Amino acid sequence: MKVRALQYVVLLGVAAIFLGPLYWLISTAVKQPADIYQWPPDWWPDTFSWENFSLAWNAAPFDRFFLNSTVITVAGTALKVANAVLTAYAFAYLRFPFKKPLFLLILGAMMVPGHVTLLPNYLTVASLGWINTYAGLIIPGIGSAFATFLMRQHFLTLPTEVTDAAAVDGAGHLRTLWRVVLPMSRPMLITVVVITAVEEWNNFVWPLIVTNTAEMRTLPVGLLILKDEEGLANWGTIMAGTLLVLAPMLLIFLVAQRYIVGGITQGALKG
Amino acid sequence: MTVLDLPARSHPDQHRQIAHSNQRRRQRRREYGLFALLVAPNLLVIAVFAYWPIVYNAFLSLTDWNMIAARPEFVGLTNYANTLTDPAFHKTLGITVAFTGLIVLGSLVIGLALALLFNQPLKGRGLVRTMSFAPHILSGAAVATIWLFIFDPGYGLMRALIEPLGAEPPDWMNNSDWALPGLVIVYLWKNVGFTALIYLAGLQGLPKELDEAAAIDGASTWTRFRAIKLPLLTPITFFLLITTVIGTFQAFDVIAVMTGGGPGDATTTLSWSIYNEGFQAFNAGRAATLSIIMFVILLVVTTVQARVMERRVHYK
Repeated sequence: MKVRALQYVVLLGVAAIFLGPLYWLISTAVKQPADIYQWPPDWWPDTFSWENFSLAWNAAPFDRFFLNSTVITVAGTALKVANAVLTAYAFAYLRFPFKKPLFLLILGAMMVPGHVTLLPNYLTVASLGWINTYAGLIIPGIGSAFATFLMRQHFLTLPTEVTDAAAVDGAGHLRTLWRVVLPMSRPMLITVVVITAVEEWNNFVWPLIVTNTAEMRTLPVGLLILKDEEGLANWGTIMAGTLLVLAPMLLIFLVAQRYIVGGITQGALKG
Repeated sequence: MTVLDLPARSHPDQHRQIAHSNQRRRQRRREYGLFALLVAPNLLVIAVFAYWPIVYNAFLSLTDWNMIAARPEFVGLTNYANTLTDPAFHKTLGITVAFTGLIVLGSLVIGLALALLFNQPLKGRGLVRTMSFAPHILSGAAVATIWLFIFDPGYGLMRALIEPLGAEPPDWMNNSDWALPGLVIVYLWKNVGFTALIYLAGLQGLPKELDEAAAIDGASTWTRFRAIKLPLLTPITFFLLITTVIGTFQAFDVIAVMTGGGPGDATTTLSWSIYNEGFQAFNAGRAATLSIIMFVILLVVTTVQARVMERRVHYK
């Protein structure tokens, strides 16, 4: 069939458009400088070289950037998800006066555009003495509205018999949460963790604003420094640095793709 | 209450009832306490870092402050008057609207086309869908850096695509006519897979009977798309429209890495202006004013969404 053949051609074209830039990144990162500056370009590196990675690593304190990004991603994700889980549990299982308006207050935070909060949050963090600290990088981001919403909606779908049985057995709320509710919510929990970790790792503008010393920079901001220092003259080094920033999330994506996709479509179609 | 209503009841029973309600009250109080304990950290962070900034911005927007002087100087609505009559601000707003419009239109049209393609029974469609979605979760700063190289007029991939067509490749990011379209291409590349994914989920959720009945009646593929699928996808289109507007209005990392608002002011959007006024020019009052303007614009957009969604529910 002619139509089908055309569809395959388009599909192949789409694949090329999305894979092309990533292939170009990786192949440039492992090319020798002489091979990069060639026209027409070499589609396959003549010789593979790892020189660009060591050049990038030494051009800027990448080890430190890596450490900072890792600390922020791990701690930020842990705190944000803990906030979401505890809040969601409270709203799903506990009584409290004014629960509904309180929940709206938490959800309302989604309506506040992140970019609008930059300057006041910078001033708040500065007045707390948190500029160039992990606290300043992490704490402002651990409030959770969307993740809380997702977790609560999920908790409400769990059968109440199980939590009731736990209560009859004399388990307290925290024990019920830890031993009964969370194990039953693993897919949703993984979804929230993965989405949060990706956000934390990629965060750019906040770390840019709240740090000003090289040793407190994160990878995405470090990339900006590398780019400015190399003055766009050394694409091999810059592409190697870029690959270092991308690779962890690309790996997480390949492993946890199902959860990321699931979480995003869930948020879109329910929200 | 019941205890007082029934004076004839025997004493031991009364005691038991009082003890029981005391216990229940204590239990309830413990539950309230636990609730407060679990919710407080989240609420505190949200209050300080999401709600307080709006109040703080509103205050700062009425002041003149270089962020060094001991205290901001109250100037009333001067910042608003100056901003709203400033030709540079009008240009910024125009660029923001053009940038947002192009990205919204592009991502909806291309995203829907991709979703229709991914909905066909083709081998490898899942893999290509995954590939098109991958850029969405990658660091904007890193994606921007890759595309800087692609747009490089000397050794970039774009030159390899354009030169065979007999055209001269532009120096994209240093050319005030090409910088904004270049940014639009990058954002589309990064976000269109997300739009396609949402549309695909929508397409797969459509009732099949309607489409099949129309096919039996001899309706063409195009007619079935236009008259059946497209109207049923309206709520999803609206959702994507709003989220893309909100996201694009705040776009920052790609602009920061690729153009820094330039060349000149060719790519200075509202979000870049806020950063520039606040953290480069140290003009807190002006930055706060721009923040409030952005907040109001996005609040209107979100409110409209809520209204339309509400009406849709009633309609159903």
